[in-house]
Amino acid sequence: MTSTPFPMGPIQALRGRAVVVAGDDIDTDRIIPARFLKCIAFEGLGSQVFADDRAERPASHPFDHPAAQGASLLVVNRNFGCGSSREHAPQALMRWGIRAVVGESFAEIFYGNCLALGIPCFTAPHDGVLSLQAALAAIPTLQLVVCLDSLRLEAADGQSWQLELQPGPRQMLLSGQWDATSQLLSNGADLDRLVGALPYLNGF
Amino acid sequence: MSAGTLYDKVWDLHRVAELPGGSTQLFIGLHLIHEVTSPQAFAALNDLGLSVRHPERTVATVDHIVPTTSQARPFADPLAEQMLATLEANCAEHGITLHGIGSGRQGIVHVIAPELGLTQPGMTVACGDSHTSTHGAFGAIAFGIGTSQVRDVLASQSLAMGKLKVRRIWVEGQLQSGVYAKDLVLHVIRSLGVKGGVGYAYEFAGPAIEVLSMEERMTLCNMAIEGGARCGYVNPDQITFDDLKGRPFAPAGAAWDRAVAWWSSLASGPDALYDDEVRFDATVIAPTVTWGITPGQGIGVDEAVPTLEQTPPDERPLAQEAYRYMDLQPGKPIAGTPVDVCFIGSCTNGRLSDLQAAAAVAKGRRVAPGIKAFVVPGSEQVAAAAEAEGLDRVFLAAGFEWREPGCSMCLAMNPDRLEGRQISASSSNRNFKGRQGSASGRTLLMSPAMVAAAAIAGKVSDVRQLLPTVPCQQR
Repeated sequence: MTSTPFPMGPIQALRGRAVVVAGDDIDTDRIIPARFLKCIAFEGLGSQVFADDRAERPASHPFDHPAAQGASLLVVNRNFGCGSSREHAPQALMRWGIRAVVGESFAEIFYGNCLALGIPCFTAPHDGVLSLQAALAAIPTLQLVVCLDSLRLEAADGQSWQLELQPGPRQMLLSGQWDATSQLLSNGADLDRLVGALPYLNGF
Repeated sequence: MSAGTLYDKVWDLHRVAELPGGSTQLFIGLHLIHEVTSPQAFAALNDLGLSVRHPERTVATVDHIVPTTSQARPFADPLAEQMLATLEANCAEHGITLHGIGSGRQGIVHVIAPELGLTQPGMTVACGDSHTSTHGAFGAIAFGIGTSQVRDVLASQSLAMGKLKVRRIWVEGQLQSGVYAKDLVLHVIRSLGVKGGVGYAYEFAGPAIEVLSMEERMTLCNMAIEGGARCGYVNPDQITFDDLKGRPFAPAGAAWDRAVAWWSSLASGPDALYDDEVRFDATVIAPTVTWGITPGQGIGVDEAVPTLEQTPPDERPLAQEAYRYMDLQPGKPIAGTPVDVCFIGSCTNGRLSDLQAAAAVAKGRRVAPGIKAFVVPGSEQVAAAAEAEGLDRVFLAAGFEWREPGCSMCLAMNPDRLEGRQISASSSNRNFKGRQGSASGRTLLMSPAMVAAAAIAGKVSDVRQLLPTVPCQQR
């Protein structure tokens, strides 16, 4: 858990240590089990992230490793965040301290939910992710920095990896406009025209 | 790039503007909300000092947290009661219609919107629930969203979206007796994988799809998301129109004929271009059962749990984790696997035809000793229709429990859940670890008729053998 502020405004670079959760198809029920969705606010979710996996492997889950405490980058494999659309999943990760995710691929709803919170989901090819995970296994406390402009991930020991991020989300994060609400509200006249033209809103 | 598909046409019709970040502002024609993913959205709206732009385009119900035994208020669980009370207050404050318990219209959100005629061809439908893909059965573009996006729809009736690619899933032939839409979609996901649909909308088409009832199409589209596709759809046709006609929110009178003409014009044309196409033969599909911890780990009921050698190398770590978690032996037939709990219900398979198919198996038989079996209708209307034709009495006589409508043990945010390492035969949609409420509980996904067969036998069984003349539902 961390007291780092939640993402706000333009995001140029992210720096910190990383935690690796290896494996494909890690679903949002894993990230935050459904019983923790019985709430009307997101505040308490940080300590409940990966609750069942952590209980199953007391003290040995990556999120419980001493080196992971204070980590802000999460490194995963393929199709991370599949399943339920619950935003509670990225909320739980964010409230634990995660500010960016690097993986081979992401489920779309999870990806969008992260972006809406200002958390980029970077991708890298299979071999790149594996070598990053190996580097972190060798030195769990490795300091990393990701630059959103160059999309380079650089480690304090001199290694580096090229990441990818779709141009739209990258631009939104760089400019601080990753929160879509204000943009959506600025096109009211266009929206009203569309409402006036859609057959099913106008008696066909 | 796709062109001329229903997806392309509906996308173009709902495009408000291109946004600076490169995404498209898409108008949302129908917004559905429930108690779990909306409270933080309303709170955010209030924090921003915003109102709901089109309260008449948002419809609410309560489903995830409701108990299925007694639904008397206040609920025994104070957190569940607080969530429903919060939804009621938010709907009242913002002028949003809530189909609450006892209204005659409450139920699982993906069951009630179609049965009320709210879901219509050519609409965009969004809901803070990944199984919103269900509504694509009507030729709508329907997808699940997160809570920040629920806030955006409430505030602006629109979303910032990127356009998907379109893959046509063409299914030849016809499903055999005892094989249902659930088996078809489990077969598709087994073949294309749980990440095969990422980046795509799935258009389900072909002779096997054209004869499916609307309820079967809903089962199919419901699980598109389990294959990674955020939305799935079927082109609207006469079966769609016949289903919609006369429903409370369907157009009527002269508007009906104009609506049918417009809806018909939206179907993918013969010259439509797709980004990809995959073909299947429905005739060869067997009743399908999952053995692992993702919906892609499915096999025919007459098959054995795949061995590591039969598994593609990049799927082996997941297979090994599934062997361990499920405690099933690779190479051993799935039929005969003992079960503890049998659950019939959910947004995937909690509709009237699902209950009819299960009742046809249960009729005149008894649930095996020691098995807990229960049936949860998808909505108050489904419950009433089932009771009107005596299905409740068939189930009760066979030893099943007959419950009140809700999401129940699909995700266990209510008192219905597995205990310890119990293994369930479930007509729901996800066999993820811990999904059904116990951190070590296990789930075998299958059709409602197969769940009924498992309940009778106390183990996974081929429904075709138990009831060789099982009728093709509604065909």
